[in-house]
Amino acid sequence: MTETTSARTTAAPEATGPKPAHPALEFLRAFARNQSAIIGLILLAIVLGTTFLGPVFYDVDPYSMVDMPFVAPGGDYAPLGTDYLGRDMLAGIIEGGRATLAVGAAAAVISVVIGILIGSLAGYFGGWIDAALMKVTEFFQILPTLLLAMVLVTIFGATLVTITIAIGAVSWPQVARLARAEFMKIRKLDYVQAARTAGARDAYLIFRVILPAALPPLVVAAGLAVGAAILFEAGMSFLGLGDPNTMSWGLIIGQNRNYLLDAWWTVTLPGVAIFITVLAISLVGDGINDALNPKLRRR
Amino acid sequence: MPPLVKRLASAIGLLVAVLVLNFLLIQMAPGDPVEVIVGEMGGASEELIARLRAEYGLDKPVIVQLGLYLSKVVTGDFGYSYYFNQPVLSLILQRLPATILLVVSSLMIAVVVGTLMGIYSARKPKGLLSHFVTIFSLVGYAAPVFWTGLMLLILFASVFPIFPVSGMQNVRGSETWIGAVLDVLHHLVLPSVTLASIYIATYSRLSRASMLDVLGSDYIRTARAKGLNERRVIFGHALRNGLIPVVTMVGLQFGQLFAGAVLVETVFNWPGLGRLAYESILRRDYPTILAILFFSAILVMVANILTDLAYGRIDPRIGGGRRKPSKPKGAAQ
Repeated sequence: MTETTSARTTAAPEATGPKPAHPALEFLRAFARNQSAIIGLILLAIVLGTTFLGPVFYDVDPYSMVDMPFVAPGGDYAPLGTDYLGRDMLAGIIEGGRATLAVGAAAAVISVVIGILIGSLAGYFGGWIDAALMKVTEFFQILPTLLLAMVLVTIFGATLVTITIAIGAVSWPQVARLARAEFMKIRKLDYVQAARTAGARDAYLIFRVILPAALPPLVVAAGLAVGAAILFEAGMSFLGLGDPNTMSWGLIIGQNRNYLLDAWWTVTLPGVAIFITVLAISLVGDGINDALNPKLRRR
Repeated sequence: MPPLVKRLASAIGLLVAVLVLNFLLIQMAPGDPVEVIVGEMGGASEELIARLRAEYGLDKPVIVQLGLYLSKVVTGDFGYSYYFNQPVLSLILQRLPATILLVVSSLMIAVVVGTLMGIYSARKPKGLLSHFVTIFSLVGYAAPVFWTGLMLLILFASVFPIFPVSGMQNVRGSETWIGAVLDVLHHLVLPSVTLASIYIATYSRLSRASMLDVLGSDYIRTARAKGLNERRVIFGHALRNGLIPVVTMVGLQFGQLFAGAVLVETVFNWPGLGRLAYESILRRDYPTILAILFFSAILVMVANILTDLAYGRIDPRIGGGRRKPSKPKGAAQ
């Protein structure tokens, strides 16, 4: 991060200029100056490119046997080796990324939507509505999320859809608390009072007046929620509670776990994929956060 | 109502809600307990099935069944696990200590190491170690905990075989009391470090941010101006305020810590509630899994109440008038 400060001094004249730039441009500039955020963006592009364009360049069926089991990386048929069934690891990682990323993103959307709804209602109305909604939030916070999601998936069956819903349904409390805090802060501001005096209704005030102002920290939280949901999905598939018919990074690790001392690559490589993905998302999220928050930018 | 009583009342309310949720989950689960039992027995006569249904109250309305369920739980009857062949309560009580040991020691490692790292990087933001701390936090956050565990397992099973990688005790057991304790601690090293690895990152980031805030405040400048040495400034004055967000986080994350324990216990064969949860989910042993949900909620609740108490001790603004007034800071010297 030392580089960011030195890069800033060269770009400083614009900031002290007479007219402040458009906020969006200012944001992009601040983001682009942040080296680790750019690294995160590049890593994210690599991950997305590999999982979504990978099958075009590397056309191997991830479910069929290509060689003997446990061939080390660098073998004749499989560049990243084979798993316990002799399936191609590289093809498996490319294929598994799609399920992992899709579930992670969709579950994060669910949790952020629920969280914003509950948090905004609680923070906007206050009083007994706040008390009741916060009791519900507290209720979900005392239950270990992974355990509850495991139970839900066992009861309703392990498909990608149920897993996504289960993860989303248990991970919203943090977003709700954040949204509530933002709403409580913003609803007291003068411009909100002005809109209220002008006769705006509650729904309009919540979604059109307050929500846009509360959005920046929630966007960052949404990014982190994607990373958390990916880790969550990986943990569930590792335990064998994922969709057994769909390849995912966690599932590959779980299935090969018993042979890890003979074939380290089968558990190591999918984990590296998860790690890089979550790392990239968190670097980008931090970058957005720093760029949105001028106070942090100066630090 | 005194705050602690109010807190306890609300905690009991939440636990009843957890039980109602449990009951609803049983209702939604495919197949009723009798079908499961009959399945385990390998079939039974119509007569026996009817008798079992009556015994479980399954022939009564749902609301009566809920009442029956709640009254059973109050007497400590969480049902019988047909897979493990013993009452669920005794099964859970057997596994509970191992989990508490794992979770508490991980929490201690995470808080101590994380806070020290955070203090260091707040003090010397440009130091070499600070960069290491930043990298370590990112790694700890982004690596799936079960994978971290498996990597440590590979490392310590094949490369440096100095720590046991599975279970909680030696197979042969130990003759002396001290030997047994040391043996458990030896087995505890890898699971607790693995579980702590996620939270070290959280606590170091958190304590770094909050120490940066605190170190810039006026009272720290005052403390420095009166010539206190740096150690006293940090540990005597700044840390107390810097720790407040860390304590909040400990309470908030206890449930997540337990979730991590499910994965870590499964990786290292640690005989706790987490692995029991995994095993009973695989066998669809609903009474056991729901009782675990209930007991983990109790654990989280107790942790939250303890956090609140600690909070009041650390932050005089929250502790109200209960704390003794401290000596004026200048007079202490």
